[in-house]
Amino acid sequence: MKNSLFTYTLRIADDSLILGQRLSEWCGHGPIIEEDIALTNIALDLIGQATSLLEYAAQVEGKGRNADDLAFLRFENQYFNTQLVEQKNGDFAVTMVRQWIFDTFRLPFYEALQHSADKQLAAIAEKSLKETKYHWKHSSEWIIRMGDGTEESAKRVNDALQLLWKFSDELFFMDDVDRELMSQGIAIDLESLRPAFNERIQFVLQQATLQLPDSKWKLNGGRVGRHTEHFGHLLAEMQYMQRAYPNMEW
Amino acid sequence: MKEHNLADLEAAFNEKLKQDIRIEPKDWMPDAYRKTLIRQISQHAHSEIVGMLPEGNWITRAPNLRRKAVLLAKVQDEAGHGQYLYSAMETLGASREESIDDMHTGKAKYSSIFNYPTLTWADMGAVGWLVDGAAIMNQVPLCRTSYGPYARAMVRICKEESFHQRQGYEIMCTLMKGSEEQKAMAQDALNRFWWPALMMFGPSDADSTHTQQSIDWKIKRHTNDELRQMFVDATVPQAELIGLTIPDKDLKWNEERGHYDFGEINWDEFWQVVSGNGPCNAERIATRLKAKEDGMWVREAAMAHAEKKKAKKAS
Amino acid sequence: MAGKDWPLWEVFIRSKVGLNHKHVGSIHAADAEMAVENARDVYTRRSEGISIWVVESSQIFASDPADSDALFEPANTKIYRHPTFYEVPDGVGHM
Ligand SMILES: [Fe+2]
Ligand SMILES: [Fe+2]
Repeated sequence: MKNSLFTYTLRIADDSLILGQRLSEWCGHGPIIEEDIALTNIALDLIGQATSLLEYAAQVEGKGRNADDLAFLRFENQYFNTQLVEQKNGDFAVTMVRQWIFDTFRLPFYEALQHSADKQLAAIAEKSLKETKYHWKHSSEWIIRMGDGTEESAKRVNDALQLLWKFSDELFFMDDVDRELMSQGIAIDLESLRPAFNERIQFVLQQATLQLPDSKWKLNGGRVGRHTEHFGHLLAEMQYMQRAYPNMEW
Repeated sequence: MKEHNLADLEAAFNEKLKQDIRIEPKDWMPDAYRKTLIRQISQHAHSEIVGMLPEGNWITRAPNLRRKAVLLAKVQDEAGHGQYLYSAMETLGASREESIDDMHTGKAKYSSIFNYPTLTWADMGAVGWLVDGAAIMNQVPLCRTSYGPYARAMVRICKEESFHQRQGYEIMCTLMKGSEEQKAMAQDALNRFWWPALMMFGPSDADSTHTQQSIDWKIKRHTNDELRQMFVDATVPQAELIGLTIPDKDLKWNEERGHYDFGEINWDEFWQVVSGNGPCNAERIATRLKAKEDGMWVREAAMAHAEKKKAKKAS
Repeated sequence: MAGKDWPLWEVFIRSKVGLNHKHVGSIHAADAEMAVENARDVYTRRSEGISIWVVESSQIFASDPADSDALFEPANTKIYRHPTFYEVPDGVGHM
């Protein structure tokens, strides 16, 4: 149970951490100052969520590691984020589609998790839900603007959807970790979130005059530590200081 | 409506300056005053925006979660400052995007300090402590500048700046309490940023073309050299307190003046960097230009969608 | 630049319950929803607000400073509009 809770918490934490890391790459490079600030706000929310979750994971593990150790000193296959969130930023359309798919999942997920039997996770979910509502609104509006904007934006957002949709199913990945914790009212039955997820996806796509890719092909692996090639590079950058100068205060 | 002749208007304007009454957007103002303000505010705004890049360079490599969040928030603040300032500039009838284009073509300047590279994590400390410190020195008097929207933007900015300098100094303190490697890293950062930080106050008063007029208009409140001296006096004890050495063999306390004497600035370097030959000038401009060009389709899409929505509502 | 720049919006923020919205500055946005969000991200990063109004800058019509004598001075002489114009006996207390 302790191991499962540790892994479960890490899966949530790593999604926030890695997406926050990706979004922070935009800082200073956004399409317009206002949006630069908005993307950074979302990144900050996600890094904040990751920090709370990693602190809790460290506490659950009880081996003297802290949140920073977990964030910066694990090996690639010990991170359990979905492959979706580690995908490269690409153009603004790729970044926003990635964000939107993720937010659309996170919204019903946190709604459910705030009632978890685990008080700590419930509290983090309750706080994060408020942030996620805003993220979802923001990303959804952009999907609509791009889809129903110019010819170029419609093409770009459609390409992004083709590129990323195959990673969306992994958000619903469950294994023994989930089933063990579900029996104790801690974990969420992710299957139960699908209707809310699909409904929200369709609601936005319709306004954006976009359609999901025909292919039903799905990819996964991140939840069990198997990542895409981009991930090693992301970690090399993120972990640089801690690896180059071990055991120091910053 | 009353008819005013130019002399009356000018007299009324000068009277307001004399009484420290703020000039507001719709008030009459001399053309040269307006131009000077647009130049200074836009230059200031561009500096905030370009200034995001050297620190942005380390966000993805920040050594821990706390530092990562702090740096993100700090760099985001700079974007906010750019935004406040462009907003003040736009009250004078200037266009933000045109003014940004002027920066990209080199017609408009930004602070030269951002043309220096950030090579190690300690540079995040040095930049926050020295660069934001120097910026605060420049900016606090501007809270009383004569143009209302500019002054109000500066009040907001100054409130936010104080955390910037503190977080930078905190990074330096932490490094100076750390390993030998960390101490060396901090000293190296100070060595590289000290002189460029002093250059941030601009050419010495003797060579400054705009200073006197700006002071008469109460746009500026102190000369470049006065501000530079204030900065040196404030910063030297902060360095000593944590065991850092200011890289200037001529630096010493002058009892008589009640100020530190310091060495000659390399003005040749200053003018070279200003004119585009610093280590990162080309790269900074290229980065900002790329952001603008890559973002063009995004901005167009949003406009196109807004127009479609409006049309739908109307029909 | 090809295409149009996003229009400018003036931003008004209510900082606390019970206070008026106050002008704080401006932002650029393509539409009203975006204007509110951009205003939130730019002007309330430190919990400076609980409510936001935005209005397209081009929609604001301002009084002309040259008219300020005609507009505002006439009120200066109408001191009978202020309670301190009237004398009441000391013993009456607060009125
Ligand atoms: Fe700033
Ligand atoms: Fe700053």
